[in-house]
Amino acid sequence: MIAAMDLDPLTGFLAASLRVATPLLLAGIGETVTERSGIINLGLEGAMLAGALASAIGASAYGPWAGVASAMAAGALVAAGFAACVVFVRVNQIVAGTAVTLVCIGLTGTIYRRAYGAAGVGLSLPTLTPISVPGLGNLPVVGPVLTQPALTYVAVGLVPLVWWGLYRTRWGLGLRASGEAGPLARAAGVRVRSLRFWATVFGGAMGGLAGATLVLAQVGTFAEKMTAGRGYIAIAIVVLGRWHPGGVALAALLFGAATALQFLFQSLRLTVPYQFFLMLPYLLTLLALAGVVGRVRAPAALAAEE
Amino acid sequence: MMRSGMVVGAAALLVGIGALALGLQLSGYDAGLALAALVRGAVGSWYAISSATLVRAVPLILIGLGIAIAFRANALNIGAEGQFYAGAIAAAWIGLHLGGWHPAAAIPAVWAAAAAAGTLWIVLPVWLKRQFGVLEVISTLLLNFVAESLVSWMVQGPLQEASRIYPQSDPIAETARLPLLPGTRLHLGFLLALAAALIIQYVFRRTVWGFELLATGSGPKAAQVSGRINVNRVATFALLWSGLFAGLAGGIEVGGVSYALFQNLSPGYGFSGIAVALLARLEPLGIVLTGVLFGGLEAGGAAMQRDAGVPSVAVYVVEGVVILVVLLAEAVTRQVRTTVALPDAEADPT
Repeated sequence: MIAAMDLDPLTGFLAASLRVATPLLLAGIGETVTERSGIINLGLEGAMLAGALASAIGASAYGPWAGVASAMAAGALVAAGFAACVVFVRVNQIVAGTAVTLVCIGLTGTIYRRAYGAAGVGLSLPTLTPISVPGLGNLPVVGPVLTQPALTYVAVGLVPLVWWGLYRTRWGLGLRASGEAGPLARAAGVRVRSLRFWATVFGGAMGGLAGATLVLAQVGTFAEKMTAGRGYIAIAIVVLGRWHPGGVALAALLFGAATALQFLFQSLRLTVPYQFFLMLPYLLTLLALAGVVGRVRAPAALAAEE
Repeated sequence: MMRSGMVVGAAALLVGIGALALGLQLSGYDAGLALAALVRGAVGSWYAISSATLVRAVPLILIGLGIAIAFRANALNIGAEGQFYAGAIAAAWIGLHLGGWHPAAAIPAVWAAAAAAGTLWIVLPVWLKRQFGVLEVISTLLLNFVAESLVSWMVQGPLQEASRIYPQSDPIAETARLPLLPGTRLHLGFLLALAAALIIQYVFRRTVWGFELLATGSGPKAAQVSGRINVNRVATFALLWSGLFAGLAGGIEVGGVSYALFQNLSPGYGFSGIAVALLARLEPLGIVLTGVLFGGLEAGGAAMQRDAGVPSVAVYVVEGVVILVVLLAEAVTRQVRTTVALPDAEADPT
């Protein structure tokens, strides 16, 4: 919603970086918890889409915060369905995740068309207004950048919180043990299945929240397939961030900055076709993965049908 | 095994259509009207079958066959959508310049260009995997987005049609277009897809490489230490072949259906093709069946949108539910079997 064109290029660039990074960070942090428990959820894209539609419906009925709550509930519900299949029946996670996303694309498209007609939700949707960081909002350059919707601050706050949960609590220890060696963790008394189930549901709720960010803090409306692969990008960002909350935050910002570069280059009036800037974040992510991956290892039990 | 698979598949299809009907009814559509349109659009007439269902099955079968090769070696190519577009770009490009050629030369030239482009599109993920250990799931997926932007640039830049108004390419030369079955829109690509399925079936069942794929996929360590199978090499070629087939599918779509390049040429064939392959348990002849099934769903979805006002994406509900039901049925039978055979295994099913 921040009109990058009105601001000076640097401010526009920084604000756009943060804007693109926010939903990816929310979904990525959730997926980090999921993957550390040993589950990879390709249904995250579906959870995000379901969250996006639920936030539009909830917000138009009871205001933006009801939209946020319904988005989290919808994302959690989608992930719970996925988790029931992969944790308790132990079906292939990649396949089940793909199927769940397909179902979500179909359902959201169908419900949306019925609820709003072909024209869309339009401008009537109440959205989240940006909030300034107290004391910093009036500074030049930094001020407009630090005037963000509340969900951005939620995303940033989640990073240390999830780090603390994963590395400084008994629960986090059990979760990480489940992700490395399920049967061993189980033998040590960890309730592996329950942990994996709830870790996946948490990831889905965060995916739903990411969807709500798109609708309520950025676009202001819902559209068919509007997540456009951001759920998958979030999964790539988890790998790039080495399954660590801090790394995931950095990776999300990197992707956001790479996407926002087009605003900088537009202001330079280069004659390079804009599509090349659209490709840039994906190519940079590939490049960064090549530099990062060799030195890290995925959770050992990730995606295992054990 | 094949027969029980088909029973499960048929049951899954019924559940999937039931789920769609329920979803439509709950969200306020006329489910009866919509399902009637779905069935009519998929199998309601010879024209629907030949010119909608089978035409849409062609890219699904070709992509599915490639996916089967890769997934057998446990090389997870999720980038078929991007490879499809790479093939489509190459086909449109070369197809524009074949005016003076005989069809017997022009058509293979288009196919070769498309197959080469699809293969090239997966070379980078293959290299990143071998050189740096980057997961191909992520790298192939990321390149889908790059391919979409590339198509967008092509149809507004180097390949844009002569009047420079519409975001699409000029139509390819008549001689490069695939012959049609008279009275229908079914093109030669369907025969190619069937032939490819038969050949790959033979490769999987009767050749050393078919065995090496499975060995690499199911027990890479055992395969490696046996000293007879170069696991990296097998996985590399499996990925390259899957890219080749997806690219070929893109070229055949341009040569047989669209005759031009434009954005959204694929309604998600690259992803549905994965579902097609998995649903057939990576068996080539099964992929022909599931490809026709999903082709019918896509065709029926278009009819549903046209005749009943239901968005065509609604059929994804059926596709997703079918996959989930088959997965669950497989997992449950597997667990029942192991429990019966090995009572001790019940103790630790983590």
